[in-house]
Amino acid sequence: MKKSFLFAGLLAAAAAGSAHPAAAQATLDAVRAKGYVQCGVNTGLAGFSQPDSKGVWRGIDVDACRAVAAAVFGDADKVRYTPLTAQQRFTALQSGEIDLLSRNTTWTITRDTSLGLNFVGVTYYDGQGFIVPKKLGVKSAKELSGATVCVQPGTTTELNLADYFRANKMTFRPVVIEKLEEVLNAYFAGRCDVYTTDMSGLVAIRASRAPNPAEHVILPEVISKEPLGPVVRHGDDRWFDVVKWSLFAMIEAEEMGLTSRNIDEHLKSAVPAIQRFVGATGEIGKALGLDNRWAYNIVKQVGNYGESFERNLTPLGFERGINKLWTQGGLMYAPPIR
Amino acid sequence: MKLSFSNPRIRALIYQAITIVAALAAGAYLVSNTLANLQDRHIASGFAFLGREAGFAIGETSFIAYSAADTYLRALGVGLANTLRVSLIGIVAATVLGTLIGLARISHNWLLARLATAYVEFIRNVPLLVQLFFWYVIIAETLPHPREALEPLPGFYLSNRGINVPVPEPHAAYAWILGAFAAGVALSTGFAWWARRRHARTGRRPPVAEAVLMLLILPPALAYLLSGAPTGMSVPRLAGFNFSGGVALTPEFAALGLGLIIYTAAFIAEIVRAGILAIPYGQLEAAYAVGLRRRLAMRLVVLPQALRVIVPPLTSQYLNLTKNSSLAVAIGYPDIVSIANTAINQTGQAIEGIAIIMAVYLTISLSISVLMNWYNARVALKGG
Repeated sequence: MKKSFLFAGLLAAAAAGSAHPAAAQATLDAVRAKGYVQCGVNTGLAGFSQPDSKGVWRGIDVDACRAVAAAVFGDADKVRYTPLTAQQRFTALQSGEIDLLSRNTTWTITRDTSLGLNFVGVTYYDGQGFIVPKKLGVKSAKELSGATVCVQPGTTTELNLADYFRANKMTFRPVVIEKLEEVLNAYFAGRCDVYTTDMSGLVAIRASRAPNPAEHVILPEVISKEPLGPVVRHGDDRWFDVVKWSLFAMIEAEEMGLTSRNIDEHLKSAVPAIQRFVGATGEIGKALGLDNRWAYNIVKQVGNYGESFERNLTPLGFERGINKLWTQGGLMYAPPIR
Repeated sequence: MKLSFSNPRIRALIYQAITIVAALAAGAYLVSNTLANLQDRHIASGFAFLGREAGFAIGETSFIAYSAADTYLRALGVGLANTLRVSLIGIVAATVLGTLIGLARISHNWLLARLATAYVEFIRNVPLLVQLFFWYVIIAETLPHPREALEPLPGFYLSNRGINVPVPEPHAAYAWILGAFAAGVALSTGFAWWARRRHARTGRRPPVAEAVLMLLILPPALAYLLSGAPTGMSVPRLAGFNFSGGVALTPEFAALGLGLIIYTAAFIAEIVRAGILAIPYGQLEAAYAVGLRRRLAMRLVVLPQALRVIVPPLTSQYLNLTKNSSLAVAIGYPDIVSIANTAINQTGQAIEGIAIIMAVYLTISLSISVLMNWYNARVALKGG
């Protein structure tokens, strides 16, 4: 008799323990309760998300995560990083393992719809290119027919590569390796003739990983559009707004001329737009569910978009290019904060 | 039978019924919860994606025609073919190598025995992934670029893109030759069976070896001459970036194959050695007493009995080799796991993708098990 009661009790406990509602709207509350933002980043891409020699994560994708933490907690260091490969990143976000994916991810319609994700904006407008060793004597991507191309799986890179060669009636042989370190080893060892990824990646890799950067040339053709930006899950508008406007705050700050160094002086500014931005007037923070000094915290602790770019990408040889502000002829445009 | 809860048999039935219902209910709950969550987050589900265009290219297709415009189903089929190719070749080669090393380890030759022991102890204790990386680095980084490829024999090229060998150009004659060879194999099997029965009945042994040799060589040669004796060869030649023509053994396949074969052979060597040592020494002594030399005694007396002990663990090693081939994704060989992972990432349907991988490995493993269990039943001692 006692055994059957124990058995029934176990069953009931199992049933009760496994019942949980699909908590869609609750990411901001969950993050607040946890006390930190769980951010998915790259395993190591210089300039975007890479740990430095002391193990501190740096990069513009890392700065996007820190901006969200600064907005939510007032402390940009309340972030924990999960390094993810291209194949793991979407499952990690879909399953709830991370709150935010900031991993140089291209915004495409398939990812926006059938994967159940939302892209909050663009941190870097990029395009795909090729890098080849100079000694092959190749001057243009159109001469690459028959080449062996190293590429990582599960990326838009793989698809664009196949499309480009098909459209130009060229053939190629892919060597598909998952981990970035391994695929770069294969390219630098000569296993393949060409490596292809976003132009930003090519510049970063040539500067930081090539044994002899002068021996490699990046071909001039840009074969696709790759707008890279942070991603969150479907079904959580509040969290979506928080992340989106954290990103826009950084761009808007650069447009207004606010930097981490001078924002304290502007706390007492008489310009209405700046007053709204730093939270001296208005209730914008409350509407987002955050402290009214959310934008001030972002700029003070992380900096504006230009500072982030200069800190992380300029030392590697990146030009602003189309990532300049719209007022200077680029594509960076933030909706007004009012 | 007393129909009451105090009857132990009734109690057992009730508990089992409750357990089955609970298990089914848990399963149904998991499935419905998953489907509801997927719908909530607007993640696509279902297997309709198999009919969509894949959009990515595959480096090695095991002679199946595939292009980026083909469907996901075809891409997965190519992955399956790659997995089967490396698994089957690996199983055959690992068995041969493992048996040789196992026999070497118990041989009376001191050097051979020590070398075999060193091999087994070293290879068994290094993780397989590390060994795969080792072979891949050796092949991909020490061999020269195609433009400075080694040419040990005319038409054979060795470079870090793989081994390129010339092959005969496709011709109808080869279908006939293959058919003739298959007929020769069937005839030899039949002849060997008849010869054994003749030997058992009359004590005289028809010449099996010579007959089999003739049956395997003459029909294909005849077919070759009668269908026009084609001599066209497809020779690899350096054209642009790579070799075209001939057949290439890629570094990925070579590294994976070498790694799997050498690793599994170490385990198989130990299994073979255990099987042979399990046979009581009395059997060998009796064989010597009858006048057989050591080599004949091993082949005719010890090994047939040892097979009963060897076959079940050997089956496990075959299954291990098949599943270990999924490490291919780390060195760039496009097996089923690698391609299914890419499909998962491009379509976002992780559950369907993993289900496909599991179904594939389950089918392959069960097939190997069934085959080996049938063979085991054949070699087992009859009657208890």
